[in-house]
Amino acid sequence: MKKILMATAASALMSGAAFADDIKVGVLLGFTGPLESLAPHIAGGAELAIAEINDSGLFMEGSTVTAVRGDSTCVDAAAATAAAERLVTGDGVAGIVGAMCSGATGAVLTSVALPNGIVQISPSATSPGLSTIEDNGLFFRMAPSDARQGEIMADIITSRGINEVAVTYTNNDYGKGLADSFAAAFEAAGGTVTINAAHEEGKADYSAEVGALASAGGQALVVAGYSDQGGSGIIQGALDTGAFDTFVLPDGMVSDILTQKFGDSIDGSFGQHPSSANDGAGKLEEMLAAAGIDGTSPYAKEGYDSAAVLLLAMQAAGSTDGAAVAEAVTMVANAPGEPIGPGELGKALEILAGGGDIDYVGGSDVELIGPGESGGSYREIEIKGGAIEAVKFH
Amino acid sequence: MDILNALVTLLNFVVIPAMAYGSQLALGALGVTLIYGILRFSNFAHGDSMAFGAMVTILVTWWFQSMGVSIDPLPTALLALPFGIVGTALMLLATDRVVYRFYRRVKAKPIVFVMASMGVMFIMNGVVRFIIGPDDQQFGDGARFIISARDFKAWTGLDEGLAFKTSQGLTIVTAVIVVAALFWFLNRTRTGKSMRAFSDNEDLALLSGINPERVVMITWIIVAGLITIAGTLYGLDKTFKPFTYFQLLLPIFASAIVGGLGSPLGAIAGGFVIAFSEVTVTYAWKKVATYLLPDSLEPSGLVQLMSTDYKFAVSFVILIIVLLFKPTGLFKGQSV
Repeated sequence: MKKILMATAASALMSGAAFADDIKVGVLLGFTGPLESLAPHIAGGAELAIAEINDSGLFMEGSTVTAVRGDSTCVDAAAATAAAERLVTGDGVAGIVGAMCSGATGAVLTSVALPNGIVQISPSATSPGLSTIEDNGLFFRMAPSDARQGEIMADIITSRGINEVAVTYTNNDYGKGLADSFAAAFEAAGGTVTINAAHEEGKADYSAEVGALASAGGQALVVAGYSDQGGSGIIQGALDTGAFDTFVLPDGMVSDILTQKFGDSIDGSFGQHPSSANDGAGKLEEMLAAAGIDGTSPYAKEGYDSAAVLLLAMQAAGSTDGAAVAEAVTMVANAPGEPIGPGELGKALEILAGGGDIDYVGGSDVELIGPGESGGSYREIEIKGGAIEAVKFH
Repeated sequence: MDILNALVTLLNFVVIPAMAYGSQLALGALGVTLIYGILRFSNFAHGDSMAFGAMVTILVTWWFQSMGVSIDPLPTALLALPFGIVGTALMLLATDRVVYRFYRRVKAKPIVFVMASMGVMFIMNGVVRFIIGPDDQQFGDGARFIISARDFKAWTGLDEGLAFKTSQGLTIVTAVIVVAALFWFLNRTRTGKSMRAFSDNEDLALLSGINPERVVMITWIIVAGLITIAGTLYGLDKTFKPFTYFQLLLPIFASAIVGGLGSPLGAIAGGFVIAFSEVTVTYAWKKVATYLLPDSLEPSGLVQLMSTDYKFAVSFVILIIVLLFKPTGLFKGQSV
């Protein structure tokens, strides 16, 4: 009996990956669906961090990491859950980078990550609802909550002398959360929201929505939607009927797709997306560009940082056990410790192996606050001459 | 002046978009109704066949554009339409040969046909995505506007703009021509008459020497024409994305049923009823009311009957009401 107990205890210790192993990490993003144009860049960022960790050869006593992709589709929570379930039970991933959209992220967390005790780090989910969701400390995000984006957007709009806007949002956790937090912040700042109406993705016809928005009026139209589908449809309709010519574009809309489609007809429109001004951002963008990835695409840098933080936390915990990794995440991401920029993952692994402490900064100035989410700095952009141009940082 | 402004607002945001959308639905519903009348089943593959037709047209359009062929200010896609129709007709005839002919021969029940058409729908769905990809495709060229909102304001000095897109104008004009041609064909030509006879009473038609396979073949060819035109016009007016054609299936069937399945006139009326109800019931009348009413009565709210979230629900409420009180549809079709 004693022997069996010993053996079980020993094997339980061993299963904590005490020796060189191949560790799998899930990269669960919306490769198809309304944000499919952003997903490849985020995935590329995550995979670049993984490649860098592998090249160093220092990860958990010579272990290697393999990325396994899964499609979270963005809008279909059932498909996202099924893909996550496959990653966990089929591929045996030790952690998940994803999902991309807030609804899918919440669904994956509740029905896969939580029951299986796996750490999940989303590069891009921004719904305020995810701050209070039951997560047993397993969920983190490199994106700031939209409660913050709403305030920033209200500031940017008032600073441009606009005090009356119409709002349309994509009918899901992301859109509703952002639209509500924006409306509250904007009204508190003395602005008027003439209408706050939802639109569905992939609809055949948006003339009814555009008609209602136009009737409500306003100096600009806030489109809290997705650039690949509904958001573009609404803008197209509003431009065609001459209802609005200035659009406010939050993070889901800041994409080259928009400028390809509308060119300079949306000149003067402006918006913001999470991005930081530190040196790390520029360096990471160069590294990503060398790997053929557009680092300025929203959340590409967060993709790199998500994978880096996840793997560094594993290194710090010395195991792939969910609870242990979750505890290490805040430790590696926040001060005190040696600051770690992009491209310095090897150095970070070495410090952690030596028992030291690091403060991961990465490409998006990672600093986790409250329930494990980014504090958030934003880049204000404006469409000038049919191209997206950075204005300043908030 | 205020009355004019109100009228222009209404035209710009309600009448013109609903007319164009209604024409597209009507063309789609005509195809559904023809298949129902002659082949006697609801063709679920209709939306995706539409995507196939539009896809062939787009591919030919791109080829023309790359060779520099154009008919500016009209979109090149119009030139490519005949090729699209031929391609779609060949595809529909092939599916008929491979799938539906077998079920016709064994005299299968209509529900078996419906299930088979669902299979065809999924295959077509995949084929289109495989060939052209799941993304948005741009293929429109030529002049974008007949009247643009900005020009209209400059000409008339009104506060409100009126936009009339080339694609909307084309849609309405083409729909009228196609519908007129179809009615002439069904009512005046020998083949059209034999089709109607076949639809009214199959046995009697067979006894009087009408060749059923020929009638079926001609039906598919006409349907190919209708759906390729509808699909291409829809793609020009909005955007081509395979998924939205699948979504179109619902309003198209609603139009066909509201109008009365099997009745061509009903399909057209149904298309406009659905399009106008989707837009008007969810329209916020604030702006129009502000122009028409005296200042003291000016509304502070949006004067919106229902939020736009419910626009799909509107067409289905109409569908249910029609089915409850007039099961054969507005224009006496076959009951479902």
